[in-house]
This record gives sequence, structure tokens and C-alpha cells, in this order.
Amino acid sequence: MEVKVQRSVEQQDSGTIREKPTKKEKYKKIKKTIISQKYLQVMALLGVVWMFVFNYIPMYGLIIAFKEYSVIKTISEAPWVGLMQFKEFLQDDNFWIVLKNTLGISLIKLLIGFPLPIIFALLLNELTSLKLKKAVQTISYLPHFISWVVLGGILTTWLADIGVINDILLGLGVISERTNFLAEPDNFWTIIILSDIWKELGWSAIIYLAAIAGVSTELYESATIDGANRFQKMWYITLPSIRPTITILFILAVSGVLNSNFDQILILRNSLNESASNVIDIYVYQMGIQNARYSYATAVGLLKAIIAFILLLSANKITKKLSGTSLF
Amino acid sequence: MFKLFKRNRRTTSEYIFDNVNIMIMLFVCAITLYPIWYVVVNSLNDGVDAMRGGIYWWPREFTIENYKAVFQTQGILTSFGVTIAKTVIGTLTHVFFTAMVAYAISRRDLYGRKLYMMIGIITMFFSGGLIPYFLLIRDIGLFDNFLVYIIPTLFNFFHLIILVSFFRELPASLEEAAKIDGANDFMIFIKVIIPLSMPVIATIALFQGVYQWNDYFAGVIFVNNPDLQPIQTYLYKIVAESSSNQMITAAGTVTSKTVTSQSIKLATMVVTTLPIMLVYPFLQKYFVKGMLIGSVKG
Repeated sequence: MEVKVQRSVEQQDSGTIREKPTKKEKYKKIKKTIISQKYLQVMALLGVVWMFVFNYIPMYGLIIAFKEYSVIKTISEAPWVGLMQFKEFLQDDNFWIVLKNTLGISLIKLLIGFPLPIIFALLLNELTSLKLKKAVQTISYLPHFISWVVLGGILTTWLADIGVINDILLGLGVISERTNFLAEPDNFWTIIILSDIWKELGWSAIIYLAAIAGVSTELYESATIDGANRFQKMWYITLPSIRPTITILFILAVSGVLNSNFDQILILRNSLNESASNVIDIYVYQMGIQNARYSYATAVGLLKAIIAFILLLSANKITKKLSGTSLF
Repeated sequence: MFKLFKRNRRTTSEYIFDNVNIMIMLFVCAITLYPIWYVVVNSLNDGVDAMRGGIYWWPREFTIENYKAVFQTQGILTSFGVTIAKTVIGTLTHVFFTAMVAYAISRRDLYGRKLYMMIGIITMFFSGGLIPYFLLIRDIGLFDNFLVYIIPTLFNFFHLIILVSFFRELPASLEEAAKIDGANDFMIFIKVIIPLSMPVIATIALFQGVYQWNDYFAGVIFVNNPDLQPIQTYLYKIVAESSSNQMITAAGTVTSKTVTSQSIKLATMVVTTLPIMLVYPFLQKYFVKGMLIGSVKG
């Protein structure tokens, strides 16, 4: 600011009126600004350097998907192979298995796991006792803070043939003999989906609860005067008011259908349930890290990321058209 | 809102709804708490006796031997040490570093602010994925190095967004007053901004602390040295790779005949989870706010 004022005074004095400062002047001005905020610049640039190393170098590393990279050569030395790695994946028997498991688990999660937190938040909001509401909230957040490893430990204990689940199902007469549920592919999806709901139901409801809390009380008051009952208020006021939040989370959920909960599946999978538990992320881990097929695994990961990005853009576009809300 | 409903007399259907709703909520709470209760009760029971099963509500043969065994097993103690060190150091450095960058970027007068934001936003949509990241960590020498828990987690752009939106709300007059006193921007950040931002810093610290405490994957793929293995990785190896036998031999040397691999596993799970269980209810109001800002801006 100061610089500008000074110059305009000078210009008037010398009588030469210039509309725009020259490049040199502009450069000088920028230099001066940067020097005057050198501490701030260093603080910001440290973050940029971190992102360069830990986000941008791996992005550059994606080029090994088009190469045949091995440990003995550097990334730039490795020979180009074009789309060979991608073709190999698409022709591999595992491609369909992995795709089926990834999409199967995700779509059921979307179908059941997505609406449940909304319903939970709506019901929680209807509790008339504030104390109970607070207690339920605190308790329902608890599983979010339990690690997947510990939950995996609980699940392997419960689902074992001498575990609690067998006790209950035998007692109810649902099953006639004890089985180890984690050893059977048929049960794997159910286990994954239910345990995920158990862990994240309360936590996922936080955002909806916050959105509900933001709804103007005047709306409810005037609805009361008009004689609306609570269900009508829930349906005609609360739900439409949180629709933008629902939409945005839905877009994110759709773009994430190729993501599986890696931490969760890694701990619950074993060689016996492999045919139901092998999802894209696990496949990338097995191929890339355990078998050291770096280029192939990178190609699989990249293909997944590209499809996920297209899904994000399409979901965003569709919801924009349908409801007017969008992520960007 | 609640007062409003109370003033009106409830209709029969509303009365039924309220009671059913309370029952649903109590059911959710029971389902949530029971598995945790089950683990606690079984971890407090004689290990050999517990193998008979049937311990649902209360220990049949109460003992604290399992916990003694946990604290006498060298591998477990070392792993707890690693977890505590990585959580404390990792969280403090993360909060400091991310907040520092966030403060600089929150200043509207920062030259190049938009470019810096753009660089960050791109990282929210694109990433190299697991393998290139793995190769990077290997190439910069972080394999089997304690710093692998600290440096790659120093910064998080989502956290930066939460912090920036908080810093923007702070009154600028305080910064100006400090500037007149001759403080530079870094000192302003340390002496003025941090003390004023404790609520948001607590939120980020909780998120990062939970992440550091619970993460097992870094320990699985980047670390071979058992002395650098966090407790979650230790547990992962027991649970997923069912190398429970290893545990018996480790524990067998120090304990009596009442402890089994299963009972030690349960006790380790309780000890691993307890610290977070004790902390999070007190930070609840902070992280709810943090989640909200994160979701609105993100």
C-alpha cells in the first residue's frame, strides 16, 4: 500500500503520468512484499516443500505404471512399456474377482451404511431428554476411537467356532452346528458391512446432527402454529433442510465406491475367505508390496484412481442437475 | 426446540414414538457397549477357565494375572513405548507444523496465497497411491526408522483447512498490537495465535493423536525391527497372522498356568484402547465443532 501512494505522489510531481507500472517496478514491488513478510513466506513454503515431497513426488512416481520398474534400476532408467501393465490387469483372472468384491461391498455399504446415520441423527434429534441425547451421542462415538486392529481382535474372538455369535445363533436355532464364520467367504461381506456400521454409525451422524442444529427454530415455530405434528416437521422441515449436507456426502460416497476400508479388510481377511475379501486395495498391496511387482500394482492403483475421479465428476454433475447442490 | 415440544401436549402417536425411539437408542447403546464389556470381563478372567466359554456378564474366576503378564512381556512393553513416543512426538510436531503453515496461509496479505492453496487443493483430489508412496519412503531412507512415524505425518491439508477457517475468525487487532511491539510473524504465531487457538488445536491434536495411536499399517510395511513396532502392529500380527503361539512362549516364561494367549490378547486390547476411551469424552465438544468446520469448508 505504502509503495503505491509514494509512486503516485512522485508521478504527479514529475508530471509524467503512467497508467501501469513497468515490469521492473512490479517485480521490485513483489520483492519488497516478499521480503517484508519473509517469516510468513518461510512458514508457508515449509508446507509447500512437505507437499512437494510427500504428495507430488509420488504423483510423479505414477509413471512407473507405464514402465517395467524393478529394484535394480531407478525410475527414469526403467524401460517404457506403454499400457502393458494395464492390459495385463484387465486380462488377469483376478480382475473380475477384485472388481466384484470391491463394488459389491461398496454398493451394499452405500445402500445400507449411507442412510443409517441420517436416520440415527433424525431419531437422536427427536429425543426429548437432553441428558439421554448427550449420553447416547457420547456412547455412539466410542467405537470410532477403537482401532481396526482391536476390533479385528474382538471379531475374530466372537466369530470363532467357540465364540459368542455361534452361542447366540445356536441358542436361537438359526444354525445347527458351530462354524468359524471368518473361514467362510459367504459371510465375509456381511461381517465387513455390519462391523463398519457398528464402528462408524455414531461418528457419521455428527455432521447430520450439526446440520440439524443449524436449522432455524423459527421454521419449527411457525410450523407448530400451523398445526404440524412432529413427524410432519421432521419430514417437511428437518429433512429438506439437511438435504445439501446429504447431497455432498452422497457425492463423496459415490466417488469412493472403489475404495474399500483397507485397514478393516486387511485385518479380517485370510486365505480361506480370499475369494470374497480380495478387493482392489488389498490386491495392490499384495502385488506391489508383498510380491514387489511395483509397476503392475501402480497401474492397478492408477486405473482405480482414474475411475474414481470420473465417478466423482459424474456424481457431482448429476446431483447438480437434480438438486442444485454440488461439491464444486 | 425441546421446550417447544414439551409445551404442547403429546398426541398418542407421538407418545408411542417417543418411547419406541428411546428403546431404539438404548438398544444402539447396548449393542455398542456390550462387545467392549465382553472383552473387559474376559480379560479379567482366568485364561484357562475362560476357554470353557460362557463368560458374558461378569468374570467367573476373577484375576489380574493377564494384565500382569501384559506388563511383564518385553515385546509388549517395547511396543507400548513406541506407540506412546510416536503419539506424543507425532501429534505435537503435526499440530505445530500444520498450524504454522495454516497461519501463514490464513493471512490475506500473504503473497502467493492462492498458489499455495491451489497446490494443497490438488493433493486432495490426486495422489500417487500406495506403491509410489512406498517407494518414496524407501528411497528417502525412512525404512526401519522411527522418523517414518513422524515426518510423513507432519502435515495434513484437511487439518489445514480447519485451522485456516479458525484463524480467520481471530481479531486482527491483537496481531497488529504485537506487530507494533516489534514482534515478527513467527513470534506472533507462537505468542498470540497459538494461545488463542486452543479449541481448534485440541481438535486437531485429538484427530492426529487417535490416528497415531491407532495406525498399524506404517508399522507393517515400513518397519521390520520389532523394537520399532507400535502396539497396534504387534496386535495386528497376533490377530491377522494368528501367530498366537509366539505370544504364549513370550508370556509363558513369566507367568503362571492361568494365562493363555487369548487372555493376554484381550488384556492387551484393553490396555491399548483404554487411554483413548478416557480422553475422548472430554474433548467431545471440540471435535464436533472441528468436524463441522471440516465438512463445511471441505
